Amino acid sequence: MAHRLRGAAAITGLGITPMGRIYGKSSTDFAVDAVRLAIADAGLDKSDIDGLLINAGITGFSGGGVSLQLQNVLGMGNLRLLNHMNAAGSTAAQMVQYATMAIDAGMAKHVVCVFADAPLQQGGSSAAAYGNAGRRAGPSGILGLSAGAGHFGANTAYALAAKRHMSLYGTTQDQFGAIAVAERAWATMNPAAKMQDPLTIEEYHASRWIVEPLHLLDCCLVSNGAVAVIVSPPDQAKEMPQPPVWVWGMGQGHPGDARRAGDSAETETGARLAAETVFRMAGVGPEDIDVCELYDCYTYTVLVTLEDYGFCKKGEGGAFVEDGKLGPGGSLPTNTGGGQLSAYYMWGMTPLSEAVIQTRGQGGERQVEKHDLILATGNGGALSYHASLILSPHQN
Amino acid sequence: MADSAPVKPVSQPDELTEPFFAAGEEGRLLLATCAACGEMRLPTSPTCPICLGEGFEWNEVSGRGTVYTFAVMHQRYHPAWEPDLPYNIAVVELDEGPRMPANIVGVENDDIVVGMPVEVAWEREGDAPVPRFRPVA
Repeated sequence: MAHRLRGAAAITGLGITPMGRIYGKSSTDFAVDAVRLAIADAGLDKSDIDGLLINAGITGFSGGGVSLQLQNVLGMGNLRLLNHMNAAGSTAAQMVQYATMAIDAGMAKHVVCVFADAPLQQGGSSAAAYGNAGRRAGPSGILGLSAGAGHFGANTAYALAAKRHMSLYGTTQDQFGAIAVAERAWATMNPAAKMQDPLTIEEYHASRWIVEPLHLLDCCLVSNGAVAVIVSPPDQAKEMPQPPVWVWGMGQGHPGDARRAGDSAETETGARLAAETVFRMAGVGPEDIDVCELYDCYTYTVLVTLEDYGFCKKGEGGAFVEDGKLGPGGSLPTNTGGGQLSAYYMWGMTPLSEAVIQTRGQGGERQVEKHDLILATGNGGALSYHASLILSPHQN
Repeated sequence: MADSAPVKPVSQPDELTEPFFAAGEEGRLLLATCAACGEMRLPTSPTCPICLGEGFEWNEVSGRGTVYTFAVMHQRYHPAWEPDLPYNIAVVELDEGPRMPANIVGVENDDIVVGMPVEVAWEREGDAPVPRFRPVA
């Protein structure tokens, strides 16, 4: 029995700015562009918008990120719903969840959810954009022990998690590579993807180490840009120009950061809790999902997420992905736009934006024929925060 | 000043952890024992995350544990770490339960394995004590 809220709202607008190494714009500028695009895509007028949820990316931590001030930049003076949210990479899915609940409660009608970030600076590397945390002066106390061990940024945290999985279950570098190769194959069919050249497993292995067991090609891109979606109520969604993308399921799971014996969030992530909730609400199971759009900050994140949603047993993710089933023509099309590894890195908006495109049937060359149920996940921290949506072109 | 050698950004004592680092100066490892539930932890706040108790006392422990997981860094993030590349970063699970990030010393990176028994080996970076671990002989 599906939940009462299944089909209670739909995503009706999508705005994706040009992204990548684009300079001269602040994340607020990018956010404005994405909101403008989303409103036009939805066939709405700015005055129709009465909800605004904002998520800054890494620049939200380091300063200069898009803030509540966006409301004033956009000149939205009659909002019934407003917040600036941050649960890292799980926020995009969460914004749609809270928008859906608010719409169902009658609090708002058309809610814009926007993510924007601009960490890349001209002449600066991706590592500089994301690894600066450890460079701040003065690590202290117990939390400072990480920096004191030369542990900089997310790459190390995910390398540690991936290594644990490899050790427990015999997961191999070839299996991580299969994910990178499959996603790149999808990216070659996505005009918006940053990485357009096909990738072989040999090229994957030849890419330099960042932090073992992660090669460069196990790690996501870093992008400047913004993505916005609009969530609307059923009666409106049915009359709007784009095919509605109905929210069937919503779930979250947040282990935080494991710090002691018995914790295992590195290999049994918050996706497990989220899976219970999202499948229960949608009234479906993993066997019903046609397409996965999974947060893929690293290849390993995809592998462990597939396990935690029950697409295969715990520990069998490596064997599951190794046959190429995630790629074009495979039995479980996954990250069909190339994901964060090969397309663009907009935190949880990368999987969500591609899920909207696929649910609408607007994927062009890469469109998956059967796309009745699509799982879109978001993950943040060091596998610390997780949220997901199940989306469908059918209201019921 | 501009030519001075880069210094590794190692953790400094804060109000909560002054005894932890002071003991490190003497090569001893302390953990915080919750006054309410008795669980030991590396305190990141005055509150016990297990029982929400507030009080704790510091107790010396063996400093032994096992490698829960590890990684080998190749990327240059900080100039002071550059001479050490590629260097290892491990998470050590102490016998008392808490996990701590630390480098493993006295062993080649290729010879580190998950589950390997290790013991604390305090070293110094500049004037600060840094907890590292070495394989148990």
